[in-house]
Amino acid sequence: MMSPLTVTAMATANPLGLGLPATWTALCTNRQGLRPNDFEDAEIKTWIGRVEGLETEPMTGELADFDCRNNRLALMGLRQDGFEQAVASARTRYGPDRIGVLIGTTTSGILETELAYRRRSAAGEGLPLTVRYRHTQNLFSVSDLVRRQLRLTGPVASISTACSSSAKVFASASRWMAAGLCDAVVVGGVDSLCFMTLYGFASLGLLSDRPCRPCDVSRDGLSIGEAAGFLLLEREGRNGERLRFLGYGESSDAHHMSTPHPEGLGAALAMERALDRADLKPIDIDYINLHGTGTPANDLAEDCAIWKTFGGRTPCSSTKERTGHTLGAAGITEAILALLCLQHDFMPGMVRIEQPDPQLRSAMMLRSESRPLRTVISNSFGFGGSNCTLIFGKRP
Amino acid sequence: MMQVWVIGVGIAGPGLDGWAAARPVLAGHAEYRLTPFAPAAPKLLSAAERRRCSQSARLAIAAAQDALLAGDLPGDAIATVFASSDGDGVITQEICESLAGAAREVSPTSFHNSVYNAPAGYWSIATRSQLSSTSVCAYDVSFAAGLLEAATYATVERGPVMLVASDLPFPSPLHGIRPVGESFAAALVIAPTRHPGALMRCAIGLTPHRTVTAFPDAIPTALRSNPAARSLPLLAVLARQATETVRLEYTDETDLVIECEPEG
Repeated sequence: MMSPLTVTAMATANPLGLGLPATWTALCTNRQGLRPNDFEDAEIKTWIGRVEGLETEPMTGELADFDCRNNRLALMGLRQDGFEQAVASARTRYGPDRIGVLIGTTTSGILETELAYRRRSAAGEGLPLTVRYRHTQNLFSVSDLVRRQLRLTGPVASISTACSSSAKVFASASRWMAAGLCDAVVVGGVDSLCFMTLYGFASLGLLSDRPCRPCDVSRDGLSIGEAAGFLLLEREGRNGERLRFLGYGESSDAHHMSTPHPEGLGAALAMERALDRADLKPIDIDYINLHGTGTPANDLAEDCAIWKTFGGRTPCSSTKERTGHTLGAAGITEAILALLCLQHDFMPGMVRIEQPDPQLRSAMMLRSESRPLRTVISNSFGFGGSNCTLIFGKRP
Repeated sequence: MMQVWVIGVGIAGPGLDGWAAARPVLAGHAEYRLTPFAPAAPKLLSAAERRRCSQSARLAIAAAQDALLAGDLPGDAIATVFASSDGDGVITQEICESLAGAAREVSPTSFHNSVYNAPAGYWSIATRSQLSSTSVCAYDVSFAAGLLEAATYATVERGPVMLVASDLPFPSPLHGIRPVGESFAAALVIAPTRHPGALMRCAIGLTPHRTVTAFPDAIPTALRSNPAARSLPLLAVLARQATETVRLEYTDETDLVIECEPEG
């Protein structure tokens, strides 16, 4: 069992909007965050979830070395929803050395390096690359940026386990708190559009050329998105905060690098371990926010895992049809969406579904519904067979 | 401070190929010789996975396999933490070159090998371990961050965990912006309780930054530039079986302190 932690602040910048109010409004009015691919000159017929305004907000001053799309997105996220003020208050209470930082990312600022290779290629081979490697491409750069921006000096690391990265940060944060290393942890995830992920997923045949349609019978791949999200976790809040992080479950598929176990064995293990750690039974879970990428293999494997663990009664939906798959930021973005659902007693339907896949046996939500919620699950699974399930609850 | 027991050590690098051979070198009983090093394809993997497996995965798995040799725990009974600063520069290079070309074709195998947790993925496939695996990065101090993560895991989850730290040189032109000289990987299997055959009891915690423990004298500059080689001050104490405190740089403000007490 783990000691529940309190969510005392959260912030998001994602394709549905900047900040929690905009995101919530989009979620409950079925406003979509995907659009036809217009990222740079990437000529791939697909849809993307893009955050507006990143191109026109260079980073200056002390943090100028960190300037790149991914870190701009991180700063944009940090500036939402009074998050920096909430962290400043925690810093005063606990001291900067007692607050940790754990950020998930998969590609960090690789876009800068991609563009540097292009410049080099255009100018003739043999030229050196001009890249601030440490502050852009290296995966630690975003965690380093966050701790500097928030003026924190506690333990810090980036976690990169593909698409489960920013779910895994919750597990490590819980351990840091339990071991007494910290009194609070800023967990987060930031991933931004780049050529590597667009062309890479295209090479695997995993991109849909329409907006992705998780759980639809004719789903044919994912839509890539970008997002930044952050949560502040403390043992107890001071203002009667109701949202709580109750448990995590981690597992490895031990099956294949880029294909999930066909029966979702690893995913089921992650959900079972999360239930154990939260001391809950399947019947206690009111809603599951699916990993639900919209690839044929993922949705089927996840459905098998849910059927095995929960049977066919727990309502499930994927919100990736609205945000796209934000990769290393998917865990945190969907944790935030699941927490918004808890807060507002609301379950988002999958409005893009034209015809539900009859092979899927779990209770897919086609329409959004308002219903009292006490506990919700968010699933995140990644390449390399990395699975992580999170459980959130709400004080009565 | 967190109390853990080191129950296995693995090492893979030039002149330090396997703990059995490296131990007398790190203890100062044998001379260090910088010899060319290329990790073999992991025998634990199927032929198909071995073919696909990246250089970074080979390197990490070489150290991980070595760390299991002396102990009695199978790989599928041990959770893992993989730590690396730079991931796989060979693949980054290949993909960036392709993306800068006219065709912009990315090889599917390269793309799935490009994820930071590729070594962890191959290791779990090789050992059939379904336990937790976390891949962490903290630039030059990734080993310290990984050891903190592993010690915390063992302490809180009450189970054994293996830390595998590895980095390899970038090819040119990436090498120009990240000049790492040599490949190196180290692995430590740690347990939360006293264990038969344990080498060392370690108390691990964070303290304000001071002077950190130096590299063993014999280690050449080209190897010192590898972030994973920052494990060598600790590995030298393990090799000598000495009662000593090792301080590793972690953040600007904080060091990771490991108080070592030999067992057995």
